[in-house]
Amino acid sequence: MQVTSSQFKQTARVKLTDPRLQAALRKLQGNFVKGRADRIAELDNFEDIRDAAAAVRDRALAHLDRYLEEFENNATARGAMVHWAETAADVNRIVCEIAARHGVRRIAKSKSMVTEECGLNDALEAAGYEVVETDLGEYILQLAREHPSHIVAPVVHKSRDEVSDLFAAKHGQPRKSDIAELTREARLMLRPRFLAADMGVTGANFLIAETGSTLIVTNEGNGRMVTTLPRVHVAITGIEKVVPTLEDIATLMRLLPRHGTGQSVTNYISVTTGARGRDETDGPEHFHIVLVDAGRTGLLGTDLQPMLRCIRCGACMNHCPVYQSIGGHAYGWVYPGPMGSVLTPSYAGLENALDLPHAATLCNQCGVVCPVKIPLPELLRKLREQQFERRLRPAAERMGLALWGRIAQRPALYAFAARIAAKILAWIGGREKLVHSLPFAGGWTGGRDLPAPEGRTFRDLYARRGATREESGEIK
Amino acid sequence: MRVGLFVTCLVDLMRPRIGFAALRLLEAAGCDVVVPRAQTCCGQPGYNSGDRKSALALARKVLGEFEECDYVVAPSGSCAGMIRTHYPDLFADDPSALERAKRLCDRTYELTDFLVNVVKLERVPGVFRGTVTYHDSCSGLRELGVKAQPRALLARVPGLIVKEMEECETCCGFGGTFAVKFGDISSHIAERKCANIAASGTDAVVLGDLGCMLNIEGRLRRRGDMKTRVLHVAEVLAGTGDA
Repeated sequence: MQVTSSQFKQTARVKLTDPRLQAALRKLQGNFVKGRADRIAELDNFEDIRDAAAAVRDRALAHLDRYLEEFENNATARGAMVHWAETAADVNRIVCEIAARHGVRRIAKSKSMVTEECGLNDALEAAGYEVVETDLGEYILQLAREHPSHIVAPVVHKSRDEVSDLFAAKHGQPRKSDIAELTREARLMLRPRFLAADMGVTGANFLIAETGSTLIVTNEGNGRMVTTLPRVHVAITGIEKVVPTLEDIATLMRLLPRHGTGQSVTNYISVTTGARGRDETDGPEHFHIVLVDAGRTGLLGTDLQPMLRCIRCGACMNHCPVYQSIGGHAYGWVYPGPMGSVLTPSYAGLENALDLPHAATLCNQCGVVCPVKIPLPELLRKLREQQFERRLRPAAERMGLALWGRIAQRPALYAFAARIAAKILAWIGGREKLVHSLPFAGGWTGGRDLPAPEGRTFRDLYARRGATREESGEIK
Repeated sequence: MRVGLFVTCLVDLMRPRIGFAALRLLEAAGCDVVVPRAQTCCGQPGYNSGDRKSALALARKVLGEFEECDYVVAPSGSCAGMIRTHYPDLFADDPSALERAKRLCDRTYELTDFLVNVVKLERVPGVFRGTVTYHDSCSGLRELGVKAQPRALLARVPGLIVKEMEECETCCGFGGTFAVKFGDISSHIAERKCANIAASGTDAVVLGDLGCMLNIEGRLRRRGDMKTRVLHVAEVLAGTGDA
């Protein structure tokens, strides 16, 4: 997918004044924020589970090579074929080759963010395949030719009215406004596509090393159709998604739905192990698993490695005041919110996403809610350091910081500068004691006033107090 | 007990009265307060902007100025949090300074945390007539666990009633340089905070950090609210905020 993160500021500005988006974003609060809080309250040892989940992910990452090989061996033994894709382009090439080898024409997909990274749908369509997204949200986006704005609720930015209009225009049916009716209409449109599909493409929430299984977590049931009906199944996911054992999955699954959708359990957890066996009646004849690097190994062994623990629940964005204000599209790539602000610069290039590591107040709400304890603010800060070291920040910002650093190390100069600044700002503030606009600080005064300083610095007043006390014989 | 008051750059420049309120409270608690004259900044602007080198230089300065004190107290969760949670990371490559920094971290407190948990202040000098709502600043809350402390102290102010607002733990949108770099987003987040403050129907919002204070007050005034007061918890507790 094309990276448009360099337009973050401009896009964010548009999103802030989009009333439909703002209304849609307010729903996050109830469904996801409150939902998560209610569901974790069910667990009396929540913090222990969280520690255990982080440890599971760390263990997998510490021996990633070993677990991936174990996974490959076990998956192969069960009749699956494992492919390794170093880049996004490799993924597209491999999947097109698989489709060609099996004489595929029609492809049904369930939700996969990794394939969004690769732009797989475009590649498949360009190669002449017919692709349909079957997750309701992704289906809506495919009709609207838009990208997801959230990793769990891809269509969260759209209102019901927009979907009604879209369906009426694309389906050629009378306009419906009831959500149940809209869903039924989508189901009727999708049913024949499932049945006609030669190949199903899914992601995988996890890979289980000890069994060679892929696992998907869904609510709509489309995942089951896509993995069982077509004669070919291709599961595509990042190499970091491997975990050692099925029991590890049990730990992670106590947290993923609670943090992702505010559910204790999801409707479906589908574990797929191998292709259809000789005596089995269900499942695909061919099962291919594409394991994707596309930047992931670049994080191993670096300060950013904890990011690879991510289980893609979306809690960080649901709780982020910035995401809540602008939604996901402004972030300009597949992954929005705090996790996206770490992943986009990491996978798509630090220089292509200069704003993202800075587009956070570092309030640490994301770090607090992360089920696998990724220290997101610290990782954002590390990326800021990398930008600074590589001189990628604007000259004015670097000079400003250098100036502040120098003055703050020279107390006499600092005291003098503060004295002047306090006087001038107090004078500008006038009787109202408010500064309404200030050169070079339009970012601040565009949306709020600056309360004026009192006029004298603490250090000057304190020195005077000391002098007065000495004069009056008080000893300090 | 020798307590070093870390005034913070924003209090020094913008609100000296908060520095004096903190001084008054510490003295009321019987502390021998010293205010190192040469103090300036904790290094947070550099640290959060990726400029580790200048952050480290300022951290060394703070270390030199305050390590002789039994405790370091700041009327700010953000600056106290910088010292306490981030100095060990800054000094990670300098083992001898790291030991000293860690000793400093252990003795560094946000003001209300110090008053409640170290000196166990019983009586507060302040008096206040009216209702207030409390905004939990991010660093104080999530880095230092400052939540119950200011509320416990405010409960001892005669005449003051605390009425909680919705989303009191949600960021106000300040975020240091974020407020200037992403002014539109920052103001938008501040607006939500101000709407919650207004909906609480209280006379004042009380908080413990200058950044949030300037941000919230600035947004309240811009949206035409000239009445709701924005007070630092120190001035309310010291009785200098009801002037």
